[in-house]
Amino acid sequence: MATVKTKKTTKSKKASQIPVRYRVIGTRPIRHDGVDKVTGRAQYGADVQLAGLLHGGILRSPHAHARIRSIDTGKAAALPGVKAVITSADIGPVTDRVVDLGEGATRLQHLRDNILASGKALYQGHAVAAVAATSPHIAQEALRLIEVDYEVLPPVLDLREAMEAGAPLLHEDLHTDDLGTKSMQPSNIAKHLRFEKGDLEKGFKKADQIFEREFLTSMVHQGYIEPHNATAFWNADGRLAIWCSTQGGFTVRQQAAAILDLPVSSIKVIPMEIGGGFGGKIHVYLEPVAALLSKKSGKPVKLVMDRAEVFEATGPTSGSHIQVKIGARKDGRIVAAQAQLAYEAGAFPGSLVVCGMMCIFAPYDLEHQRIDGYDVLVTKPKTAPYRAPGATNAAFASETVLDEIAEWAGIDPLEIRRLNGAKEGTRRADGLVYPRIGFLETLGAARKHPHASAPLEGPNRGRGVASGFWFNVGLKSSVTAAVNSDGTVSLTEGTPDIGGTRTSVAMQLAEVLGLAAADVKPQVVDTDSVGYNDVTGGSRVTFATGLAAIEAARDIERQMAERAARLWGVPASKVKAAGGVYRHATDSKKKITFKELAARLDETGGPVVGKASLDTSASAGGGFGTHIVDVEVDPETGKVQILRYTAVQDVGKAIHPSYVEGQLQGGVAQGAGWALNEEYFYDDQGRLANASFLDYRMPTALDLPMIDTVLVEVPNPGHPFGVRGVGEVPIVPPPAALANAIYRAAGVRLRQLPMNPGRVLEAILTRDGKPPSKA
Amino acid sequence: MKLHVKTTINGEEFEFLCEPRESLLEVLRDRLGLTGSKEGCNNGNCGACNVILDGRLVNSCLVFAAEAAGRAITTIEGIQGPEGLHPLQEKFLEHAALQCGICTPGFIVAAKALLDRNPDPSEAEVRLWLAGNLCRCTGYDKIVRAVLEAAKSTAVVMEK
Repeated sequence: MATVKTKKTTKSKKASQIPVRYRVIGTRPIRHDGVDKVTGRAQYGADVQLAGLLHGGILRSPHAHARIRSIDTGKAAALPGVKAVITSADIGPVTDRVVDLGEGATRLQHLRDNILASGKALYQGHAVAAVAATSPHIAQEALRLIEVDYEVLPPVLDLREAMEAGAPLLHEDLHTDDLGTKSMQPSNIAKHLRFEKGDLEKGFKKADQIFEREFLTSMVHQGYIEPHNATAFWNADGRLAIWCSTQGGFTVRQQAAAILDLPVSSIKVIPMEIGGGFGGKIHVYLEPVAALLSKKSGKPVKLVMDRAEVFEATGPTSGSHIQVKIGARKDGRIVAAQAQLAYEAGAFPGSLVVCGMMCIFAPYDLEHQRIDGYDVLVTKPKTAPYRAPGATNAAFASETVLDEIAEWAGIDPLEIRRLNGAKEGTRRADGLVYPRIGFLETLGAARKHPHASAPLEGPNRGRGVASGFWFNVGLKSSVTAAVNSDGTVSLTEGTPDIGGTRTSVAMQLAEVLGLAAADVKPQVVDTDSVGYNDVTGGSRVTFATGLAAIEAARDIERQMAERAARLWGVPASKVKAAGGVYRHATDSKKKITFKELAARLDETGGPVVGKASLDTSASAGGGFGTHIVDVEVDPETGKVQILRYTAVQDVGKAIHPSYVEGQLQGGVAQGAGWALNEEYFYDDQGRLANASFLDYRMPTALDLPMIDTVLVEVPNPGHPFGVRGVGEVPIVPPPAALANAIYRAAGVRLRQLPMNPGRVLEAILTRDGKPPSKA
Repeated sequence: MKLHVKTTINGEEFEFLCEPRESLLEVLRDRLGLTGSKEGCNNGNCGACNVILDGRLVNSCLVFAAEAAGRAITTIEGIQGPEGLHPLQEKFLEHAALQCGICTPGFIVAAKALLDRNPDPSEAEVRLWLAGNLCRCTGYDKIVRAVLEAAKSTAVVMEK
């Protein structure tokens, strides 16, 4: 696990204020919530217990597409132990407007209809009714007593068929927003977007060869191990409390307030520990339903999904159909690039095709580009973001075509990326001009890594390379930090900690104040107890909440300097603070440590609290990764075994390197699962056939080798320590890297995910234009 | 009808009433307040609910609570001894072998069951044994390292 350091950019003004030799940043302290999590004491959403708690259950549509003629809840309501039954009729009408979820926006009517179907069920698993009872078993019995009269309609399961005129419509009132113009006819295509740069036709004229390829990927699920859960209590004073597993307490508050037509201030959301999210725990599913059941029963109500419900009704991320056309010169320079991406939105508009469009050629400096994107409705669950949403599908297409071009031009795959690579000043097709970025540095580090030149021994083995890009959204974070009399600081955050961010944020505050990481006591609190925070998403928490912690630390430092000044009877301007020691500017005898000063707050004016509320969007820094993978393909079965994996990434500055490595390793594992195994498998009626962890097979410890990581540090000029978002980039390259490795191992180019044994074997058997052997 | 069950959990005697259809996981979590065992799938695919039952690693979601009668159960709450954290717990922390932490109790219980029968496992043996536990965050690298390191440190303690 090597660390490659590069010189700090001179453009960063803020950076110069902080010493480059850090005392806390870059070390590996034990995480603050660690002991609770290895002893089973950490409280996750499903662990909530309240006096008088009722248990709820949700009735879900068995049909992919059906008109709901009527729902009879009479028998269920009469079952002993049942305390409340609700349907969508119990949610008041909503004003249809767009609500921002923090990572994507959605129409309120659609958000409401996804929670409890009104009029039509639009996918198998769509919630139709809910009950609350004295035990989970009684709740399940009651669900079986609810009678729903469905008029079954034809499902729309294929993305390309869904786009055709005449396809069955999911929403009769939905017209395509076609480059800003509303279509005359209703359609399953919610939106058509375009990014354009240069003159595409002119570019293609310069090409020696044009490569046109087509790619398909299936819906995949985020696969967090903790199912969705929500417990709600609607108090007699009208105050609503919600305990849940979410990537953002404030977005739950906002969505619940909009759906339930309440002021945000009457809802308190208590984000419990979260057992994984990856983008899938931003939309609300259960929270408003639990709230309505509580309102109706007068008791607290807990809803917990089972695994089948998680697969059928939450997540997944878009399946896609992508066409790529790239023109290249013999010297490997790309002269024009065109892409058309169609992404499944699921039952309601809002796939993140736009992110796929922004990412598909993001690592490259290309003069002439045109990228079209389509957001397409199908009778499958409403899609949710999944780690670098849209980018993995896109990179699978662009990075495998690039591999073909490298082979055609006779150029090393790393070299062709360097030759075309984006750098500071490169303008993406969507208009953004890159500040300092580290893509080329990842290519250099990959080339130097022993993996790049290690011999591949044995037959049926191959090595693949691919790169990828993802943004680092900034958004809004607020923290408060209170100095304790023992010289520690209690840090209050509002961004749920999914992977160790309490610690990576606390370390930044500790660095500024000259404290040890353990001297900071971070906690994630409810929405009544801290200023507004956007979601834990977009790789933003260590960056943005970290910036807020730095600002709060500077606030504390200013106040502590004033306290030292008061002790010495000098103006505050005479006190200089550095590394946790406050010194008189000219009198070297006068100095006091942070801890000593903390013990004397009472005599110098009382408590000291630092705070910060920031919108950090302007200074966020995106990241690039380059991956190398070796595989062995079994020519008899088509099974792909990963032999060796190296992930190189520009991380800006690794605050806690272990957890940064962990992000890279986890992203690779998810990307490998997506590449080789995972897919939503629907029958022709639109019923999900593999809604369990046995049949939706995610990688296990046995499927993967150790995953080597190289942390390249090209500082983000927008952060005093140089932090970039790191969590999402590493899921982007794996499918393309694996496809390229499979090609070198078995001589077959796969253009459909997953590249499971059946597909690989079929490709091998038809490799030389031969039909598959009957034997 | 409720069943009266006497069992031993983490060395302590417990009595509880349960319905015949309740799983051991449900009783541990909802009746006894031992919420360290987690439900990830409720059908034996993910290992988040792993406990040790009479020396054998089981998914507590697949065991009826009534089957616990007269037997000895170790849950995540019983891994830490009076002297402090178990070496597995320490190594999970030192190696950052957890991110969200929901699968961690199951992994630690499973790894304990492995080390109880094989104090010096190879990497391949650790990977095979832990293949019944799903983690979606870490890619397993740091988990496997933590278990191997814990085995080493346990061996040192035993030699002393």
